[in-house]
Amino acid sequence: MRILLSILREMADVPDDVDTLVRAMNNLGMTVESVEETGRPVAGVVSARIVRMEKHPDAAKVTRCWVDAGDGAERHVWCGATNMTEGDTVPLATLGTVMPDGREISRRGILGIDSEGMLCSPVELGLSDDAAGLLILPRGCPLGVDPFVILGSEPDTVFDLDLTRNHPDCWGHLGVARELAAHFGVTLRGAPTSGVSVGPELEIPLTVTAGDRCGMFSAVALSGVTVGPSPSWVASRLSRLGMRPINNVVDASNLVMLELNQPNHAYDLDVVSSFDVRLAAEGEKVVTLDGAERNVTAEELLICNAGSGDAVGIAGIMGGLHSEVTGSTTRLALEVAWFEPDHIRFSVNRLNLRSEASVRFERGVDPDGVNGAVARFATILRETCPELVVHGGHSRVDTPALPVAVTVAVRTSRVERTLGILPDGNEMARLLEPIGFMVRPTADGAMVTVPTWRPDCTEEIDIVEEIARHHGYDALGKSVPKSVVHGHLTEMQTRRRLLRRVLVGLGLDEVMPMPFLAPGDLDSAGLGSGEHLRIANPLVAEESILRTSLRPGLLSTVRYNQSHRNERIGLWEMGHVYPPGSGQLPDETEQLGVVIAGADVSAALGVWTAVADALSVGAQLDQSRVPPGLHPTRSASLARGRKVVGAVGEIHPAVLDRLGIEGRVAVLELDLTVLLNENPKAVQARPVNRFPSSDLDLAFVLPGGVSASDLHRALRQAGGTRVVSVMLFDVYRGPGLADGTRSLAFRLRLQEDGSTVNDRTVADVREACRVAAAKLGAELRG
Amino acid sequence: MADRVEGPDVRSVLADALDAVAAASSLEELRAATNAATGKRGSLTALKSSLGREPDPDRRREAGRVVNDAMAALNAAVEGRERAIKELSFAGAVEADRMDLTEVILQGQSRRGRMHLVTQAIERLEDVFVGLGFRVAEGPEVETDFHNFEALNMPPSHPARSMWDTLFVESDPEGSVVLRTHTSPVQIRVMQEWPPPIYAIMPGRVFRKETPDATHMPVFYQIEGLVVDRDITFAHLAGTIEAFTKAFFGDTFTSRLRPSYFPFTEPSAEFDIRRHDGSWMELGGCGMVHPRVLQAAGLDPEEWGGFAFGFGIDRMAKERHGVEDIREMYSNDVRFLEQFP
Repeated sequence: MRILLSILREMADVPDDVDTLVRAMNNLGMTVESVEETGRPVAGVVSARIVRMEKHPDAAKVTRCWVDAGDGAERHVWCGATNMTEGDTVPLATLGTVMPDGREISRRGILGIDSEGMLCSPVELGLSDDAAGLLILPRGCPLGVDPFVILGSEPDTVFDLDLTRNHPDCWGHLGVARELAAHFGVTLRGAPTSGVSVGPELEIPLTVTAGDRCGMFSAVALSGVTVGPSPSWVASRLSRLGMRPINNVVDASNLVMLELNQPNHAYDLDVVSSFDVRLAAEGEKVVTLDGAERNVTAEELLICNAGSGDAVGIAGIMGGLHSEVTGSTTRLALEVAWFEPDHIRFSVNRLNLRSEASVRFERGVDPDGVNGAVARFATILRETCPELVVHGGHSRVDTPALPVAVTVAVRTSRVERTLGILPDGNEMARLLEPIGFMVRPTADGAMVTVPTWRPDCTEEIDIVEEIARHHGYDALGKSVPKSVVHGHLTEMQTRRRLLRRVLVGLGLDEVMPMPFLAPGDLDSAGLGSGEHLRIANPLVAEESILRTSLRPGLLSTVRYNQSHRNERIGLWEMGHVYPPGSGQLPDETEQLGVVIAGADVSAALGVWTAVADALSVGAQLDQSRVPPGLHPTRSASLARGRKVVGAVGEIHPAVLDRLGIEGRVAVLELDLTVLLNENPKAVQARPVNRFPSSDLDLAFVLPGGVSASDLHRALRQAGGTRVVSVMLFDVYRGPGLADGTRSLAFRLRLQEDGSTVNDRTVADVREACRVAAAKLGAELRG
Repeated sequence: MADRVEGPDVRSVLADALDAVAAASSLEELRAATNAATGKRGSLTALKSSLGREPDPDRRREAGRVVNDAMAALNAAVEGRERAIKELSFAGAVEADRMDLTEVILQGQSRRGRMHLVTQAIERLEDVFVGLGFRVAEGPEVETDFHNFEALNMPPSHPARSMWDTLFVESDPEGSVVLRTHTSPVQIRVMQEWPPPIYAIMPGRVFRKETPDATHMPVFYQIEGLVVDRDITFAHLAGTIEAFTKAFFGDTFTSRLRPSYFPFTEPSAEFDIRRHDGSWMELGGCGMVHPRVLQAAGLDPEEWGGFAFGFGIDRMAKERHGVEDIREMYSNDVRFLEQFP
């Protein structure tokens, strides 16, 4: 929202120091996004007459101009504009001038011919956004003079405010001025109005048939209008506020909106002499001011010419083309209305049509602002139409949808509990009355009546906020609550941090791929196209599926890094997956995924053993249940009985081929929702057995189909308590062994509690192990 | 008396043995030389066994002493020679072991893995707030409309809902499930599940329907703080923000609150951080928990009050490490990640 300093100071005696105002607006909740100085004279720019012009044969795009700046010297200037003719007076930036954009004018020549300055466009002087050509000054104006003086242009300051969803009043200068006047303790004058002669009654017939959408509709007749250009101060205000001046009627209407936050619309009364405010018919079309023919739905509210039945505008959003004020207009019907904000908002979204008016209506304009708006409109218009008459018999329809003033009980105790200050009713009045609230002190606080321009204030806490704003947030102090709660991470959060450090210690990097997948991504990763959730309104189709596995994201990250020839691609991600659940929400869990490019399953097993050790968790490797998408003979589920808590192995070669990933990829996946939430008990100490131990090496030939861990388990059981460890130290396949068999060599460490290990014990263990292995089909060697 | 013993014989035998020991250049030669003197058939051993033939006890004793002394002298020489030989061989072996360590370090470059910048920031933030007495709460990323909007004082079609560009999950009824647009729904879950007083922070992933650019991502991270207790005022909010600012950024930083608007807090504020060079950085939003929000979570606003605050974690990481384009943080390029140990 653009706000002009000159208008603020016309409405109230606020300070003119820009920094002071910026600080005040920020402290009141109107965030100043930028401050722009406009119309400041540029030292070194003077009016100059173009004496003659000439084209150079080798420079088609520029013109040579000789100008007279009134000092008798004729200067030569190259000029790229085309809108000037000999005899025009234009602004000349003389050599050494520093332009508003910081550029310094130097003797820059073309084709070896110097330019002794630059002829300027309005945008170059910071006058307006007009960059179409040179600024042509009025004929006969003095030469060598500041063009700003010639134009009578006053310097001004534009504040660009970022306004919050509450405070609709600050969409007009009046609201901002009111806040600042209260802040600085000065009187709010408001926009100047002068008496306008009131003419005979001229009633404009009105009907409103959609009363829930339109709380109030009023139309006043004005005559004595001559349509022409606006006075320069009106045009200047509008262009500085970002609106294009059109003519004195439209400009007055727009300026009233910008000043008072009261959108309004002027119709030619000789075209529209009576109004019907109704819902659109199905399939109805409206040609709006911008020339577009729009299909409206039966939900849209239209302003119609009751005479012809034709729509003359979409209520609160945009006027119609055919009822526009023209050069021959002499009488006006000025519409000022209050439309239901939600209706306007829905309508704007349906039509995808926004306007300065709709922005204001959808936030809520003052339902009591009609008279002020009409008076200001007439005051502005009368400068160009001295014969202007405002007719009596002002027509107005109110419906039950029109808001009425709200009165709220505010307890001092509530203010104290929220803000820590204790204002009584009188103090509340001191803070609230300058911004238009009416305060009636009571025994425990006050009854506060909310001004009609503040529809956002409907309950006690809203008034508390107003008190806080005008008391000043800074003045409410800073202190730390005295809490009896002590801060800590949960066991699960501590375990998650431990897990991160283990992974980092293994040299693996954390990545965060997007949790959205493209249709087909799960399938490409070998995960099947099973059940998954879709985003109803995705940004792009490639990001329309909620992931059910971290794997597709990690694999595409591997591919990305391989394609950039990055080394050491060992990645992990801890993140949520969102498979469909049985209830309203998905069955969301936290997962760990690890992928290591160029590594085989042993790398994945290394990560798993380190993680399992750190978290004190375990699971069996179940190679009979290989999760989809993993290498069928080099992967396993991490199982606890029937429950699967993860997977370890390699990515299926077909998946790697499909995704264009080179080499093997080791993978580990863990369900952290299970593993991090386990809370292993504190380990109880066992005394170290200091009796001497003895080692027994046994090698077995295993048939295929028997796993090392089967044999390992059998040996442990057979050895009993005397065997304190069983370590696999050698695996051999090859000559001397039948195909499909292998030799596994285990070292058993034997230790007795209370004595040394004797030969007898060693022999017993050896025999027990032989028998146990034989049951598995494994034969003891040697 | 002494000259009657076979002294010169012992001396010459010893001298020969000592010469042999001194000449030994390896442990094997030394063992052979030692053996030749003191082994079963050694020269000194032979002398020692000849002592028995001496009939005179005094002379036998005397001769025995001389031989023993010779044995001792030889043993000392052997030990000395053994040490010398070993030292020489160590010197040779050590020389043979010589390595260029820089060659090894250049070949075997290894480094720790990296935690993502966002994770690093989350842990730092958690540590600061834990120190300030907060606990860490978590919630689902796919949320109900109730938790994401309605309980936060935004009933269906509330205009403030347009402050967030929401991604919806296909659901029945349509629009009832969203990708959470902020971490605020965790506030509701915490208030529903934890008995007050509550001092909690809620870091996590949030989602917006936004096209990625240098400062925006459709998926990013926020941290939310919530305090619910008796007698909590706006000053406690400002004081907590200030304490956090100093603990996280340093003692030279200060904070300020400016009025703002959020449907779930009132009064609401933006909070800015003042750097030591005097410049301000907009950090996040905060305010006193709206009475309707307390009610929606089942707490009596006449008994309990509170404040909440929230800000973007990515932005803090971006600011801290001078990352120009936020998309870089989510490129997952190893060359980017490895910069931040």
